[in-house]
Amino acid sequence: MSFLVDSIIMFTSQVLFFGFGWLFFMRQLFKDYEVRQYIVQVVFSITFAFSCTMFELIIFEILGALSSNSRYFHWKLNLYVILLVLIFVVPFYIGYFVVSNIRLLQRQKLLFACMVWFTFMYFFWKLGDPFPILSPKHGILSIEQLISRVGVIGVTLMALLSGFGAVNCPYTYMSYFLRNVTDSDILALERRLLQTMDMIVSKKKRIAMTRRQMYQRGEDQNKQTGLWGMIKSVTSTQTGSENLSLIQQEVDALEELSRQLFLETVELQATKERIEYSKTFQGKYFNFLGYFFSIYCVWKIFMATINIVFDRVGKTDPVTRGIEITVNYLGIQFDVKFWSQHISFILVGIIIVTSIRGLLITLTKFFYAISSNKSSNVIVLVLAQIMGMYFVSSVLLMRMSMPLEYRSIVTEVLGELQFNFYHRWFDVIFLVSALSSILFLYLAHKQAPEKQMAL
Amino acid sequence: MASLDRVKVLVLGDSGVGKSSLVHLLCQNQVLGNPSWTVGCSVDVRVQDYKEGTPEEKTYYIELWDVGGSLGSASSIKSTRAVFYNSVNGIMLVHDLTNKKSSQNLYRWSLEALSKDSSPTRVIVSNGDYDREQFAENSVPLLLIGTKFDQIAETKRTEVLTRTAFLSEDFNAEEINLDCTNPRYLAAGTSNAVKLSRFFDKVIEKRYFTRDPSPMIGFADRKRFNFKSLHYD
Repeated sequence: MSFLVDSIIMFTSQVLFFGFGWLFFMRQLFKDYEVRQYIVQVVFSITFAFSCTMFELIIFEILGALSSNSRYFHWKLNLYVILLVLIFVVPFYIGYFVVSNIRLLQRQKLLFACMVWFTFMYFFWKLGDPFPILSPKHGILSIEQLISRVGVIGVTLMALLSGFGAVNCPYTYMSYFLRNVTDSDILALERRLLQTMDMIVSKKKRIAMTRRQMYQRGEDQNKQTGLWGMIKSVTSTQTGSENLSLIQQEVDALEELSRQLFLETVELQATKERIEYSKTFQGKYFNFLGYFFSIYCVWKIFMATINIVFDRVGKTDPVTRGIEITVNYLGIQFDVKFWSQHISFILVGIIIVTSIRGLLITLTKFFYAISSNKSSNVIVLVLAQIMGMYFVSSVLLMRMSMPLEYRSIVTEVLGELQFNFYHRWFDVIFLVSALSSILFLYLAHKQAPEKQMAL
Repeated sequence: MASLDRVKVLVLGDSGVGKSSLVHLLCQNQVLGNPSWTVGCSVDVRVQDYKEGTPEEKTYYIELWDVGGSLGSASSIKSTRAVFYNSVNGIMLVHDLTNKKSSQNLYRWSLEALSKDSSPTRVIVSNGDYDREQFAENSVPLLLIGTKFDQIAETKRTEVLTRTAFLSEDFNAEEINLDCTNPRYLAAGTSNAVKLSRFFDKVIEKRYFTRDPSPMIGFADRKRFNFKSLHYD
C-alpha cells in the first residue's frame, strides 16, 4: 500500500518537474523562436524532469521520507530511464536534426540519423578505455559501463564550468578590473562609426552610378559599329570595371572597419553600464562579494593542487567534519545525529539549487549567443544532453558531501564505481580550467586598453 | 552626393528573417549567394527613378540600412544600435512568414526605431498592446515585407495572408510577400514591384517635396500630447 502512495508522490513530482522544464523552454530558451517540432520540447522537459527526480530522491534519502524499498526501486527506475534518454533518445534526435539541416541527405534522413548514432556509440564506448573506472568483474552490458562513461563526460563538464566560473565570478563582480570609460569616449567612437558608414554609402553610390552608366553606355555601344567603335567599347569598359573592383575593395575594408567599430562601441557601452551599476548599493554589495569569492577561488585552486600532489581524497564529508570540530575543539555539545541530518539536508539542498540555477542560466546565455533560426533545435538538444550528464555526475560527486549513512544508497544503486577516480579527475580538470581561464582573462584584459590606445 | 542629400530607409526585423538577402536583391538585382550574420549595420544603395515614365523623372539614391540583431539583445547593444536610427526617412519591416513570433516582434521593432528620444530599454508600450493612433499619425512611411513565401504550403496560404493583412492594417502600411531567393517576385510589372516603387516614391516625396518643414515626428514628441494610451514603465 505504502509503495502505491510513494509511487503516486513520485509521479506527481515528476509531472511538476516536467511542467517546469516545459515552461522554462517556452519562456526563456525559445522566446524569439517558434517551436515547430514539439518533440524537441518534450525531450528537453523529460530530461529535466528525470534529472530533478534524482536530486529529489537524494533529499528524500536524507529526510527519510518514503519507505526505503520504494526509494530503492524508484532510484533504479529513474536511473534506467535517464540513461536510456541520454544515450539513445537525445543523441538520435541530435543526429536526425543535424541531418535534416543538410540538404544533400534529405532523402534518407532516418538512415543517416542511425549512422550518426552508431558513430556516437562507438566513440562513447571507446571513452571508457583510457580510464580506470571499472573493476574487471563487470560484464559488458551492465549498467555500470554506461554510468561510468556518462560520469566521465559529466564530471569533465562540471569541472570545466566550475573552473571557469570560479575565476570569472570575481572578475565580473569586482570593479577593480573595470576600465575607465567616459561619455566623450563613447561619443567619439559613435561619431567615427557614423563617418565610416557615410564613407561606405558614398562609395556605394559611386559604384551604383558607374554601373548604371556602364549599363547605359553598353546599350549605346551596341549601336556603334565599325572597328573604331569596337576598340572604344573595349577600352572604356575595361577602365570602368577596374575602377569598380578598386572601389569594391575599399568598400570591403571599410565594412570590416565599421563592424569592428560597432563591436568596440558595444563594449564601451557595456563597461559604462557596469560602472554605473557598481556605484549603486547592489553594485557595492557584489563588489564586496567579488573579493570574498576571489579568496575562495584561490583557496579552491590551492586545495585542488594539494589533492593532486599528495594524492589524497577526502574521507569524511564536510558536515561530519564540521560537527567533529565544533564538538572536539570548541566544546559545544549537541545531538550529532539529529543535527547532521538537518545540516546535510540544507547543505545538499543549497548545492542542488545553485547548481541547477547556475546551469540553466549558463545554458540560456550560451543558447542566445550561438543559436540561429535553423540550428535552434540541434542546440537545444545538445544543451539537454549536457544538462542530463551534468546532473548525473552531480549525484556521483555529491556522494562525498554526505555523511556515511546516506551515501549507501548512492553506492548501492550506482554500483561499484571507482568514486575516488572521479574526484581526482574533477580536481585535475578544475585546475586546468581555472588556470587557463586566468590566462585567458589576463590576455583579454591586457589587449583591450591597447586597442583603445590605438584609436 | 552631399550628406545632406540622403534618403535613408531602415530595414528592421528579427535575426534570420532575410533582411540581408532582401537588401541585396533590391540593390544588386541578384540573389545573395552566401548569407551570413550581420554584425552591426550593413548599408547598400538602390538607384530609384522617382516618377518613372513621367517628364519629372529624376534619379535618387536610396540608402537601405540593414540593422542586425535581436530584440532580446543586451542594453549596450541596443544603445549602440540607436545610433543608426537617426534621421530616418522610411522603414521596411521584415518578418518571416513561417515564424509567427517574428511578425509579433515587429511592433517592438518599430517602436524601438521610432522612439529614438527615449532610451531603448524604457520602451513605452507593453508587449502586443500597441496604440493604433500612434501608427495612424506616424509620418514615417512603413512597408511590411514577408519573406520565405515559398516555404508555406498551399493549404496554409490563405491563413497566413489574412494574418499579414491584419498586420498591415495595424501598421497602416502596404505589404509585400516574397521569397528573397527568387527575383521573379519583384519582376517589373508585378503588383509587388508597383507597391515597392510607390513606397520609395512616398519616401522621396516626404523627404524632399513635403510642405512640413520639421523632420518626421517620431513617437517621442507625441508623448507630450497623448498620455491616455501610453503605459510608462
